[in-house]
Amino acid sequence: MSPPDTTPLVRVDGIHTYYGKSHILHGVSLDVQAGEVVGLLGRNGVGKSTTLKTIMGLVHPTEGTVALEGRPITRLPAHRLARLGIGYVPEDRRIFRLLTVMENLRTGLDRHDVPEDRKRGLLDKAYEYFPVLAERRAQAGGTLSGGEQQMLAIARAMMLEPKIILLDEPTEGLMPRMVAQISAIIDALHRDGVAILLVEQNVPLTLETSQRVYIMEKGVVRHHARASELRHDDTVIHQYLGV
Amino acid sequence: MEQLVVQTLNGIVAGMILALVASGLTLIFGIMDVVNFAHGELFMLGAYVGTTTMVVTHNFWVALVVAAVTIALLGAVIQITTLRPLLGRDPLTTILATFGVSLVLQNYALWQYGPVPRKLSEPITGHFKLFDLEYPYYRIAIAVLSAAIIGGLYLFLKYGTYGIWIRATTQDRVMASAMGIPVPLVHVAVFAIGAGMAAASGVLFGPLIGVNHAMGTDWTLKAFIVVVVGGMGNLGGSILASIFISLLEAYAALWVSPSQAVIVSFVALILTLLIRPTGLFVPTPK
Repeated sequence: MSPPDTTPLVRVDGIHTYYGKSHILHGVSLDVQAGEVVGLLGRNGVGKSTTLKTIMGLVHPTEGTVALEGRPITRLPAHRLARLGIGYVPEDRRIFRLLTVMENLRTGLDRHDVPEDRKRGLLDKAYEYFPVLAERRAQAGGTLSGGEQQMLAIARAMMLEPKIILLDEPTEGLMPRMVAQISAIIDALHRDGVAILLVEQNVPLTLETSQRVYIMEKGVVRHHARASELRHDDTVIHQYLGV
Repeated sequence: MEQLVVQTLNGIVAGMILALVASGLTLIFGIMDVVNFAHGELFMLGAYVGTTTMVVTHNFWVALVVAAVTIALLGAVIQITTLRPLLGRDPLTTILATFGVSLVLQNYALWQYGPVPRKLSEPITGHFKLFDLEYPYYRIAIAVLSAAIIGGLYLFLKYGTYGIWIRATTQDRVMASAMGIPVPLVHVAVFAIGAGMAAASGVLFGPLIGVNHAMGTDWTLKAFIVVVVGGMGNLGGSILASIFISLLEAYAALWVSPSQAVIVSFVALILTLLIRPTGLFVPTPK
């Protein structure tokens, strides 16, 4: 299948990224349309997280470009990209452990151009999605359970009113009940029109929540398909992921 | 007994000024991992800017504010020109860089103001009777003012948006920037705040001993002792340690000369490093 003709929300084109001397990404290309949930699958260490970090501007590629709504953003620092509408939920969650839940949310919420009532609305929505965060709003982030920290990480990214959220292994290490909740949240964000680039080890969840899927191997995208096709035919999944 | 009370008071006054110097130092270390060897020189230059402003305005409080703002700006310039390019490199490079800055500033002060100490007259001249001693009100005022500035810093860090930005950046620079916090700007602001606080302490302390180009060196040393004893980057710990160390020195001065009493601080430093290298006033790491 070929990508649609409209300008994608995010287009990654042939990026090469290094950590020091090790060459991690060997020309990754992918795109995400506005409001679309896209899965990024692959074994450990193939460069999925690095792809997200490169889009977020946390590492800069030596070659290739990243564009947001057609505008090149390859060289912009992360804090500019966050304000342009890219939310990031990292693999290890990276909650500000000594900040309270509310303060964690305020890191994304306290922007100059946001009127008070809209801030109120964003908070209400986050608390509606994650009622447990409302109960724990005055508690230090570091005291939350793993699942609660994951919810906080997602809620914190939502405070930026992002056009896309880069979601890195949100269900890693979570209990099944929490996994179901994360899956429901991805669907809810999708209904709200937020695009998601989802990196996951949980293949069924990825195929269930995504519209399209990219499969990576050794720093490049090897396969690209509709999630519905992979749901019916798992030979590709077997081939690249061995599951 | 009477001497004990007087020395307690002296210890607290010295401790509050030290806390003002050290909290800037520890804030800077916490957020940038930069050990700022030029901190004492910012203290000293603050005092000089204070004397110059006094000549013009004859108002101590104006001098205090002008010195803090001027040195905060200088701090911002130092951060942008000297430290920003070195961020994330081997800590040794920033140590050498700030040490270089300290030598430049110290010699600039010597060249500009000469070797003769300047007098900075105190704004409050009254005394009150403490046993058979006339204790100056100004010393009490120093302690109160320092406490007020530190209290203001605390409230700012605790509740202000920019305070939350600073704390978030201190904990996780990368994630802070992914949340849209302009980390480079936060670094400049923190360095400026630390520098401004050092300058304010310099002006407050100036009337007690006179202002000279080498006055910063002692304070850098003392502030470092405090920051290590209090736990690197731990603001509350630095404040407690400032008072603790100053009280120790004040009490020691009952038996030995004040210049020998400094030894006590070093003993405290060495013991801390031997027994509890993470600092005395931090919770036991898990």
